[in-house]
This record gives sequence, structure tokens and C-alpha cells, in this order.
Amino acid sequence: MPSNKSVSDAPITQFINCRILRDNELQREDLWVREGRILDPEKLFFDEQGYADKRVDCGGSIIAPGFIDVQINGGYGIDFSQASEDVSDGVSFVAKKILEHGVTSFCPTLVTSPPEVYHKVLPQVKVHDGGPHGAGVLGFHLEGPFISAEKKGAHPEKYLRTFKSGGLEHLMEVYGSLDDVAIVTLAPELPGSQSVVRELSQRGITVSLGHSAADLSQAEEAVQQGASFITHLFNAMLPFHHRDPGIVGLLTSDRIPAGRVVYYGMIADGIHTNPAALRIAHRAHPSGLVLVTDAITAMGLPPGRHTLGQQVIEIQGLHAYVAGTKTLSGSIATMDMCVRHFKQVSGCSVQEALEAASLHPAQLLGISPKKGKLDYGSDADLVLLDEGLNVKATYISGEEETGPPVPLYMIDMSGF
Amino acid sequence: MRLVILDDYDLASEWAAKYIRNRIVQFKPSADRFFTLGLPTGSTPYGCYQKLIEYYRHGDISFKYVKTFNMDEYVGLPRAHPESYHSYMWNNFFKHIDIDPANAHILDGNAQNLEEECQAYEQKIAEAGGIELFVGGIGPDGHIAFNEPGSSLVSRTRVKTLAKDTIVANARFFGNDLSKVPTMALTVGVGTVMDAKEVMILITGAHKAFALYKAIEEGVNHMWTVSAFQQHPRTIFVCDEDATLELRVKTVKYFKAANLHIYLYMLSIRLALA
Repeated sequence: MPSNKSVSDAPITQFINCRILRDNELQREDLWVREGRILDPEKLFFDEQGYADKRVDCGGSIIAPGFIDVQINGGYGIDFSQASEDVSDGVSFVAKKILEHGVTSFCPTLVTSPPEVYHKVLPQVKVHDGGPHGAGVLGFHLEGPFISAEKKGAHPEKYLRTFKSGGLEHLMEVYGSLDDVAIVTLAPELPGSQSVVRELSQRGITVSLGHSAADLSQAEEAVQQGASFITHLFNAMLPFHHRDPGIVGLLTSDRIPAGRVVYYGMIADGIHTNPAALRIAHRAHPSGLVLVTDAITAMGLPPGRHTLGQQVIEIQGLHAYVAGTKTLSGSIATMDMCVRHFKQVSGCSVQEALEAASLHPAQLLGISPKKGKLDYGSDADLVLLDEGLNVKATYISGEEETGPPVPLYMIDMSGF
Repeated sequence: MRLVILDDYDLASEWAAKYIRNRIVQFKPSADRFFTLGLPTGSTPYGCYQKLIEYYRHGDISFKYVKTFNMDEYVGLPRAHPESYHSYMWNNFFKHIDIDPANAHILDGNAQNLEEECQAYEQKIAEAGGIELFVGGIGPDGHIAFNEPGSSLVSRTRVKTLAKDTIVANARFFGNDLSKVPTMALTVGVGTVMDAKEVMILITGAHKAFALYKAIEEGVNHMWTVSAFQQHPRTIFVCDEDATLELRVKTVKYFKAANLHIYLYMLSIRLALA
């Protein structure tokens, strides 16, 4: 039956035989999509006397909002921090591949780099919607160079910087442009950070605390100035101490301004965080947990040596180290693996696991409910999953972009 | 009338749903000849709708050539409100079946001109050729649709003010806050339902027992508007045991025996044909 033409000519798709994530629960409801957005079928029925043109039988699958990865450094041999001529192609290549993991939007992440790299890379990639070409780009995540030397992790020391007077102008000199930047990770204990945090927040850029040796009061000060995220909690920061919890203490701080939430990234790959630590964080502040992959160039590639930023890293099984050391340099887990692992070790519900990869990152970036939700009017970026939370299909704006994922090349998937 | 008594709510719902299903199937509706069905809302018909959905899913019935006309709708309640009768019908019936949205009619309680809306509704029913089977319920005060005590027994579709009994009965859907319950509604008239070829009234639960008694064992009275159907040539009352609690034993025994005879008669025909 053709749909009624009173409001729109566009075809209507009805996903049937599925469970959808809506209102914080899995509901047995059909999902209706028109013109790339979730449609209200009751309005369609009574106002337009319309019905579906096409029905997609989901075979009992779960439909969740497409996953959003706010920290991903590259993959499949592509390194976003490499200043090449075809950065845009590289980002697009990864954007296409990560659809298989259920990711429909992401923030390409740049690790600490010299200004030349930022000046070359940033202008080449603009914020844009996803589609058949791949997941959408929400903006860059600039992780560094204004971070602590003591907590640099895998970042190259020689390119670390401190804030000079003039706050934001200096930032602009280093980065070149902030137009398509979504997140900046910095260390708030660096002198002069307060005004930078404030000005970045006012510009609508999410400020994240990470690679930092800040104590709790410095972190709280930064939150009051507008910081709202913690980059890979527990990693590259002072460990929790009962008399000064450090940045970790933000999860239960009582000095967060009213109405604000501090979100925190967790790399739930089974390596970067001990499951017990993951559980402590989750139980302390479940609504702030944001799953990130922090995936590096080698994600999707076989074991061996690869380049990340200005350094060389080495893959051993599911671990990625700075070559010649035992310092973790990033993960090679995929987002869907992280969702499954998180659910398994935290014992959380399916709905909570899915929200940690969709709703919470969308709320963090202020793009909910357009993204990260299946409300009427939300973008129809969807991931179809089976009972075990394996990706069966990914849709962007209601169009299927990919079928079941191709298995990661030569990497042992057992345990995930 | 025919009084069909089932042991409990579920069996009564099933009986009613099967009856509706059989009537539609035997009618053999088509593009030139729609089956027109009048429909109620509320907790009583909920089980019946569930069963009809089951039969649709099983492939036993299609609503493609069925036109529906609901009995009533609140005035002034936004259509998207979860307690509107539009929401009820969408969530509990329409979204699960294959009815053409253009054939699902419900009074619009937010129309600019309520009187015109009511007249237009009567017109639509007439244009559809009248109602084949009107399914309804009964209120604790014996009303059919929102034809409250005192309604004319020859009334047509119109605006009605709700009785206190009805408002109190409906408060449970509005967080038990009487002030949130709408005070007016658009409703088909007693006369409108009487015009249907056949009427089926669903009555379940002990709290409806007194109303059933008043409706079928006492006289035709505008204080118990369902009693008007004593003068309809083809009415079936479908109820559970609890709803018969205020009836005379003789009435109940008679109709139970009558139904058994009907059942055996149908069975013998089927066996004879086999």
C-alpha cells in the first residue's frame, strides 16, 4: 500500500519483529523511519492516514541507536595523526570500516603532535553526516599537546606544551583552527588552564581532563569552568587515593555544578582497565559512563609493528605497546567488542550497555536526542544486534550501510 | 436477546473475538463491500482486542476490507495523550493489524466545531452503509458509550457531559486525580447504535452485575441506557459469571441451556455436513 502523500512523498520503512531501545528500556515495538528520521507511527496513522511502503523483518533483533565513538585514533592502517595529503581519504576509509562495529558517528582523534600536523590535518576534515560512505564525523578530538609530562603515556614528550598567556589565541596558534573540533583533552593543573577551559566551553567545545596529574580540587575547578569529560578514566592520571581521589574523585564529587554531569570514557577492552575497577566506576556513577575504543592504527590489522603519531607501536595478540616497552599505546578492540565486554564484566543490563555506547556519548557532546536515541524525530542511525550484542546490520539515516561484520583479520576473538 | 455466559474474563473475550472474526469472515468483505464494525474502548474489550490481534497474526482474519467506527472520544484531550481513545485504539488494536488508516474512524474531540464533527460522523456511518456489528460495553451506571443516565434513547452522535460516576470510574487512568479527567465527550447516541444490524455488548466483572440486571431484567429506562437494546432485533450480551451475580437464577439457567442447544444444533449441522 503506498503511503499517503499529504505530508511527504518520501517512502516509509517499518522495522518489525524487533526490540527497540527507548525510554531506557528494551520495548517490543516497531520502528518507523522516513527521510532519515524516526517517525511517529500514530501521527502517521491518524494525521496522514499513511502506512509503511517497506517492511524490514528484523528476526527478533535488538535495535539500538548507532554507537558513537568519541575517541578513535585510526585503524586498518590509517593513523589520523599522520600529516599526509589524503587525511580525508583515510578518515573516510576508517569511517566506512567502523560501520561494521555498529559505529555510526565518531570523533577522529589526534594525539599530541607538532603544530604542523594540526595545521595540515584539521582543515582537511569537516564535520559531516554519515551515509553510504561511512559513519558521520562529529568533529576532531584533540588529545594533547597541553597535557602533563608525568602522565604522557604513549604521547611523544617533545611535542608537549604548556599554556602561554593569551589562553585561546595560543591554542589557535598551535591547532590552527577550532572550527571542526568537538573535544579537547588537556591537563587542568597546567597554569593558565582555567581561562582556556572556560573559553573552549563557551565555544561549545567539550573539554576533557586527561593525561594529567591533577588532584581532585584542580579537577573540580576545571569542571566548574566547564570541563565535562574525563579521558580514559584511570589511565594516564593519578590513581585513586582515599585522601585525594584525584580526577577519579569527580565521579562522586559534590562540587559539580547543579544540573551538570561529568562523563568519563572507559576503554572496556579487558586490558586497559581491570574489570573490578570498571565495576567500581560503573557503580559509582553509572549514568556518566561513555564507552570509547581509543583504537589505534593497528585495529583491524595483523600483529606486528605500526606507526602511531610520531611513534612506533607493537601488536602482541590483543595488546598494543609502545615498541620496546610495556606502556600501553592504545587499544585495538572494536566498539561492539567493548559493549559486550562491558556488559559481561559489569553485569549491567543490555539497555545500560547499549546506552553507554550511544546515549551517553550523545549527551556528552550535546547532540542528544538527535543522535543517541530512538525518539520520534531522532536521526535514524541504527545498529541491529542479536541477543549476544553482535552486530547484524548498521543503518545510517534509515538506509542499510553494512551487513554482518567481517571478522578482524587474524586476531583471536575468543572471550569477547 | 441472546445472553452468552462464559466462566471468566478470558473466555468471554475469546468468545466475543471469535464471534467478530466469524462474522467478518462469513461476510466475505471486498473492495466493493466493506464490513462496518463499531468499536468500544476501556478495560472490558481489551482481552477481545488481544484475541483479534492473535487471529490476525495467525492469518485467520484480515481487516483490509473492514471499516471501523469508534463509539466515543474525550473532548479537549490532546490526541497524543496516552489516555485518549485514539491512543488506546492505536496501541491496543490498529498498530497490530492491517486496517487501512482511512477506514478507521474515531470522533475528533479537538475539532473546531464539535457539533459539525458529530453530524459529519453520522454522515460517514450512513455513507458506509450503516454498521453491520456494533460492539460495546456497559458502564457501572448502565450507560452505553457515553450515553449517561437521562440520555434520550433515540439520541444521535453529540457532545455529552460526563456523569460523576463515569468521572470517578475513569480517574484511575488519570493518576486518580479527579481534576485531570475530562468532563465532556463526543459520543454516538443510543439511536445511532440501535441503527446497527447487530449489537454485541461485553460485560465482565462483579462491579457491572447490577447494571446488567437493570439493563435486561427491568424495563426500558433512560436511566440505564443499555436497556434500550431490549428493543433491538439482534443483540448479544457476552458476560462472565461474575457479571451475572445480580441476575435471577432462572434467567441464567435459561440462557445457559439455550446456548447449549445452539451449540449442539451447530455441532449437529457440522457433523451432518461432514
